[in-house]
Amino acid sequence: MVLAVASYLLARRYKFIKKGISLGKPLDRTDRSSERWRSMFLVAFGQKKMFKNPLPAFLHLFVYAGFLIINLEVLEFIIDGLAGTHRIFAPYLGGFYTVLINFFEFLAVAVLTACVVFLIRRNIIKVPRFHKPEMKKWPTLDANLILFTEIILMMAILKMNAADQVLQAKGAAHYTHTGTLFFSSFFMPFFENFEIGTLIIFERAFWWFHIVGILGFAVYVTYSKHLHIFLAFPNTYFANLNPMGKIANMDSVTNEVKLMLGMPVEGDAATPPAEVGRFGAKDVNDLSWKSLMDSFTCTECGRCTAECPANQTGKKLSPRAIMMATRDRVEDVLTNDKGLENGKSLLNSFISKEEINACTSCNACVEACPVLIDPLSIILELRRYVSMEESGSPAAWNSMFQNIETNFAPWKFAPTDRFNWADDLKN
Amino acid sequence: MSDSKNIIPTMAEMNAKGESPEILFWVGCAGSFDDRYKSVTKAFVKILNKVGISFAVLGQEESCTGDPARRAGNEFLFQMQAMSNIQVLDGYNVKKIVTACPHCFNTLKNEYPELGGNYEVIHHSTFLQQLIDEGKVKPADGNPFEGEKITYHDSCYLGRSNNVYEAPRRVLEALDVELVEMKRCKTNGLCCGAGGAQMFKDSEPGAKEINVERTEEAIDTGANIIASACPFCLTMLADGVKAKDKESEVKVFDLAELIAKAEDL
Ligand code: SF4
Ligand code: SF4
Repeated sequence: MVLAVASYLLARRYKFIKKGISLGKPLDRTDRSSERWRSMFLVAFGQKKMFKNPLPAFLHLFVYAGFLIINLEVLEFIIDGLAGTHRIFAPYLGGFYTVLINFFEFLAVAVLTACVVFLIRRNIIKVPRFHKPEMKKWPTLDANLILFTEIILMMAILKMNAADQVLQAKGAAHYTHTGTLFFSSFFMPFFENFEIGTLIIFERAFWWFHIVGILGFAVYVTYSKHLHIFLAFPNTYFANLNPMGKIANMDSVTNEVKLMLGMPVEGDAATPPAEVGRFGAKDVNDLSWKSLMDSFTCTECGRCTAECPANQTGKKLSPRAIMMATRDRVEDVLTNDKGLENGKSLLNSFISKEEINACTSCNACVEACPVLIDPLSIILELRRYVSMEESGSPAAWNSMFQNIETNFAPWKFAPTDRFNWADDLKN
Repeated sequence: MSDSKNIIPTMAEMNAKGESPEILFWVGCAGSFDDRYKSVTKAFVKILNKVGISFAVLGQEESCTGDPARRAGNEFLFQMQAMSNIQVLDGYNVKKIVTACPHCFNTLKNEYPELGGNYEVIHHSTFLQQLIDEGKVKPADGNPFEGEKITYHDSCYLGRSNNVYEAPRRVLEALDVELVEMKRCKTNGLCCGAGGAQMFKDSEPGAKEINVERTEEAIDTGANIIASACPFCLTMLADGVKAKDKESEVKVFDLAELIAKAEDL
């Protein structure tokens, strides 16, 4: 039952997110597959980018590895739950089972410790990147909630194993011997004075708490920044492989420019499409699907914002806020009944010109992101819209454009003076 | 050597003689017009003359690569610039381009191929490093920078964008300087504040100018010289030093200027 509800909710959410991402424009990211696998393996699985800062990296690794591996035990839980057995693997694995469960307990303790340290970093030491304006109520609560939940879930495992061991010692029926479980045995004194009946209730309660907790967690994750647990994999696989400085070419513009310059245009592009789409992005459906996947993958860790030169010097721009705004807009589009036409748009309603105009395109945010998110490409698409559809760039940029058009340099110098620098060298 | 006796052929001149140079030196707008950066252009030309490499410039035929236009969102203007530049470059059958501007470098190298312009493009830091490796440039013992404390500021378009971190540092090491790194360097380097067309407008409201933040970090290393390899970084850092009133203690130089001075050119 519980399993069915969880699966249903997960499937529904999966569809929602898939629909959200497919609002985006097509973009081919299927080339160079061996490089992509490699990058996914290193960055998502191996968490290469996290190790720029070793302390959080190690702690995060504990939580991540702990979670992956402890979930193997959940497999046993699910089978036990469905088949009505108890510790079904124990008799098959014998002594190895003891080692295994001991290892799980070690991980549980590691996860627990890491979560406690994370809570301290967020709430007591107040690492600055967790306290920027975009980290309003929900994002902060979300982060703390998850950490608490993980702590409670890990406690449940340990207590369950403790009660189980006491039961074994008292010779309760069905309680297969697991051997000594090091960490949870510290909790045993706590349970020793209870009756077998009460203990069974305890042990079952922790069991249920853990399994329902884990499934609930799995569902919750998909509604929160913790979605990165799953999306980090496809997101790193489909990440940009070009040098960071390269800005994607707009082929629609290339065709127009070629026509203007009287150059041959290849293929069917020679007849321009009846309706040329919007240049740049005003809303989420003008961005590529990858930018939208980026927005769902964002962990809100703020590493990007902490490295952003504009943000560090007090400008309104925060690359994390760009990602969060993009996701908020996608969810807004999917949940209001007018969709894209509800009178709002990504630009202006969610992201201001002041923010996008502050970007130096330095790529520090892209470099910093542990899951290879690219906030810069969203900023550039929005700038393209402002420049080409609205002619609404800052006045100084408009004069720069004009200088390039008339003087072939961004400053107002006569093109005939371009070579004057050489005069005093030559003769 | 004085300023005279340098030859600076243009592509048109070479072409008329039926010759083609080994490299095209792409000067860039800052290198052509900015008073401060013209001295970098000259320094680099002197180095090219000294090593006797066959090179040419486009002279008046050169035109903005379009980098600031593209970054400010004006894709039309960028592509117009790019296409006409490609026509000029291909007209002269250019194969190899060297430039002292990381923005030109990035655009020519990474963004022109999609529009049909394929060249081997190298930045002058890499080029200088090659000259040093080949022994063509040997800063003499007792060069004026020996033992000087120098810090190097990574240009975003050279470093993060194109992974050129080592070449500029190798060039500085060849001068026997004491290279000190800022805390935010290489992949974590802090932008000077000029990229993404910020050079051409005032910054958005904030608490501080980015170039001041960066200059403070550079000054805090205790270096007397801040080395740069980008016209925009050079301007931003020089302005930062001015804003901090440190002009007499801290100088900002481009790599080419340091090498030219060390070679007594
Ligand atoms: S590219 Fe733009 S948003 Fe990203 S760190 Fe640099 S200035 Fe900030
Ligand atoms: S974009 Fe990347 S670095 Fe920035 S908050 Fe999201 S996950 Fe963290």
